[in-house]
Amino acid sequence: MKNNLAKKHDYVSSTNACKACMPLGACIAFKGIEGCVPFLHGSQGCATYMRRYLISHYREPVDIASSALGEGEAVFGGGPNLKAGLVNVINKYQAKAVGIATTCLTETIGDNVPAIVREFLAEAVLEGSCTEMPALIHAATPSYAATHMEGFYAAVAATVAQLAEPGPRHEGINLLPGLISPADIRHLLEVAGDFGLEATLLPDYSRPLDAPASEAYEILPEGGTPLAAIKAMGGARASLALGWTPASQDAGRDLAERCGVPLHSPGLPLGLRASDELFAVLEEISGRPIPDKHVEERGRLLDAMVDGHKYLSGKRAVVYGEQDLVIGLSAFLAEIGITPVLCASGGRALNFGEKVHEFCDGLTRETPRVEAGIDFYRIAEISRELKPDLFVGHSKGYRMAREQGAPLVRVGMPIHDRIGGSRILHLGYRGAQQLYDRLVNAVLAQKQADSDVGYGYL
Amino acid sequence: MSQVIFAEREDQIHETGGDKPFRISCDKQSLAGAVSQRACVFCGSRVVLYPIADALHLIHGPIGCASYTWDIRGALSSGPELHRYSFSTDLGETDVIFGGEGKLTRALDELIPLHQPQAAFVYSTCMVGLIGDDINAVCRKAEERHGIPVIPVMSEGFKGNKRAGYYAACNALFRLVGSGDISDIPPMAVNLLGDFNLAGEIWIIREYLERMGVSVVANVTGDGRVAQMQRAHGAALNLVQCSGSTMELAKMMQETYGIPFKRVSYLGVEDMAQALYDVAEFFGSDEAMEKAKELVREELGRIYPRLMELRESLEGKRAALYVGGAFKAFSLIKSFRLLGMKVVLAGSQTGTEEDYQELASICEPGTVIVDDANPLELMTYLIEKDVDVFVGGVKERPIAHKLGIGFVDHNHERKLALEGFVGMLNFAEEVAATALSPVWRFTPRRARRRLEAV
Ligand code: SF4
Ligand code: SF4
Repeated sequence: MKNNLAKKHDYVSSTNACKACMPLGACIAFKGIEGCVPFLHGSQGCATYMRRYLISHYREPVDIASSALGEGEAVFGGGPNLKAGLVNVINKYQAKAVGIATTCLTETIGDNVPAIVREFLAEAVLEGSCTEMPALIHAATPSYAATHMEGFYAAVAATVAQLAEPGPRHEGINLLPGLISPADIRHLLEVAGDFGLEATLLPDYSRPLDAPASEAYEILPEGGTPLAAIKAMGGARASLALGWTPASQDAGRDLAERCGVPLHSPGLPLGLRASDELFAVLEEISGRPIPDKHVEERGRLLDAMVDGHKYLSGKRAVVYGEQDLVIGLSAFLAEIGITPVLCASGGRALNFGEKVHEFCDGLTRETPRVEAGIDFYRIAEISRELKPDLFVGHSKGYRMAREQGAPLVRVGMPIHDRIGGSRILHLGYRGAQQLYDRLVNAVLAQKQADSDVGYGYL
Repeated sequence: MSQVIFAEREDQIHETGGDKPFRISCDKQSLAGAVSQRACVFCGSRVVLYPIADALHLIHGPIGCASYTWDIRGALSSGPELHRYSFSTDLGETDVIFGGEGKLTRALDELIPLHQPQAAFVYSTCMVGLIGDDINAVCRKAEERHGIPVIPVMSEGFKGNKRAGYYAACNALFRLVGSGDISDIPPMAVNLLGDFNLAGEIWIIREYLERMGVSVVANVTGDGRVAQMQRAHGAALNLVQCSGSTMELAKMMQETYGIPFKRVSYLGVEDMAQALYDVAEFFGSDEAMEKAKELVREELGRIYPRLMELRESLEGKRAALYVGGAFKAFSLIKSFRLLGMKVVLAGSQTGTEEDYQELASICEPGTVIVDDANPLELMTYLIEKDVDVFVGGVKERPIAHKLGIGFVDHNHERKLALEGFVGMLNFAEEVAATALSPVWRFTPRRARRRLEAV
């Protein structure tokens, strides 16, 4: 039965994409660096579209500058605009860093950004147009090459490659998570802290993209990974890269190869087993046992899993989103008795299927079907045949879930039809616990909605 | 002038009432590095053509441009919903190298039979403009194969700003006009241009017109249909609401088919009533005029008591607006006046010099008029002018909220009907819902001021 459907419709085009483009991910990553303004080298539209996309999820200001290329620049090269734009951003935003990501346009015309930046630095120093030169990070993100997830990892890798320096050695660790929520970032930092570890988490957009109410519009929001800490990442005692796809490991691998920082790859701590993995690594690195607080949280998660198991047993779910997130969610669903019957992503990173099957093996009643490079039109089509009990993913699956009359449990990004997307906790025992409750409750609510009697006691 | 204003942009900002004569520069390329609130040519075309619900809207380019425009608008359809899909050729690396024409051809060949649209619009994006695909040729051949109009929309993002996109869209639309049978169209018939049927607004307007005995040939573009567009030349008058986006089309129709046009606005009671009177007057029908007057009396009577109640609580509050097109700003200023409020900042992404001139003339002294603003400027003026309610789009919302200022969504993405008399009431309720929320008492800036005042 495998791949029958896919063969029947070997689509050329995409209808309702299950992915966004690379520079979007890069902008999120750059928002997680202290004093950094994301800057898209390309035409104005991309920056504006991405701003509104991100604003609708995070409900925070997301200022993304653009070199606003016009027709002339598209023909003769965007160098002058990039330089002029940098001067404006640096002067007006007093940025400590500018994260320059290329778009399709500038990748296609072949602008050599590193060279332009070098020129800019030389000229700017001469002209003295900038008082203090910020770090200028450059990430190559040709949107047509991969998805926003890879764009995110590319920006992190570029930051590390361009700012982190080998040594001096220190006791801190590097945490390189995937595209997770601000709430997840806060939780990871708390966990590391509970082990007595000083962690540099890159990127840390937990405050810039989920800021408290303040007196003013912060032109440059507080928070983000400090530049000094990024520089010192090369001297850390270990790096933890929390993802499974190849791109998720790039920054960690660079730190290992260039600076000799040992790399651990516990995966994204989503669900019981993956969280165990992370806690085990932290135990090993810190030389401390798991703090009681987390032992208890783990126990509470297990207790909940026992209490709710029958409600979920045999349920079937369709899971979609970024590949790293889908792998983690599938692993979690499998261990709580839900079969992820379809694991889908618009991304095409390798080892996706392999990882899903590895985690689901022996736990699920059916073999999950894995689809990479897919769009929502096909996800919906396949779902109609699979008839899942629930959907797990971001807001873009809402229409499909509504049409098929199954609940949608919202996770990941974008969540733009609900409030609080930034505060969804997915990771660790605590995140698993919260997700677990939401999953069971979605099933129970559906049960009530489907019942003629409407039992109020389940 | 405040230090956040870019020197290069000084001539795009004007404060009314000073001794400086009115002068504003606009329709320029956005300043590099200035975080413009504006989008691109493609965005402009997509916005205009988006609500044609029985056409296929295929975005030829890499995935982002399509991803970010999937189902974001509140444009409703009474039938087909093809406009709510996001179709893309999803160009990859090899297409950049070898060209995307083949993929576009195959995409059209799979999508047209699958969705059976009445026409297809093919939008070219930045990258396509660069790799030089001959979209015209591909569309022409697809049109022959499939027997429906396949219309290229030349909307490469970098080729100008949103206005250029409006123009490209009007060109595309105009290709449809003129091929349908118009023999059964009654004499008192109009086309509605530049109403996007957000939250069903066009249905409100159509109902008003019907009550006056005026029929509508084409909804250009809200709840639009290809067949309607093909018959649009059978109308006696074009009513142009969002003039920035559809004025070009009106002009083309006037030139080619001799159809006159009128600029109208359905926002606010004054402009709504005026629009209906203008139509009656145009047709020279006393009966239609009588019916229009009766309609206005009736509808106003229905909303007035509640409006006055809201006015009592809103009186004296200060409003700011930053909208896509400048014409909308006029109606908003009048609407705020009706609520007893004062507009202290009015700006737009794509206004023309005449728009701004007119805007300046109806604003009170001390009002800031701004073209193509950015967060820094908006923030500065919102604080300086001590604004209570800001009207804008999604990108403006967090600016207001961060400053502890109420916000009303008034762009293409809104899901609340604001046109017509019922729309005025909705607007007033929305303004009140935000301005009167207790939350502002607790947000830091206002909380401090309250403390200081004690
Ligand atoms: S790539 Fe071009 S067409 Fe697409 S959003 Fe960006 S500026 Fe607009
Ligand atoms: S796909 Fe390319 S052109 Fe389109 S929004 Fe993304 S970067 Fe811009």
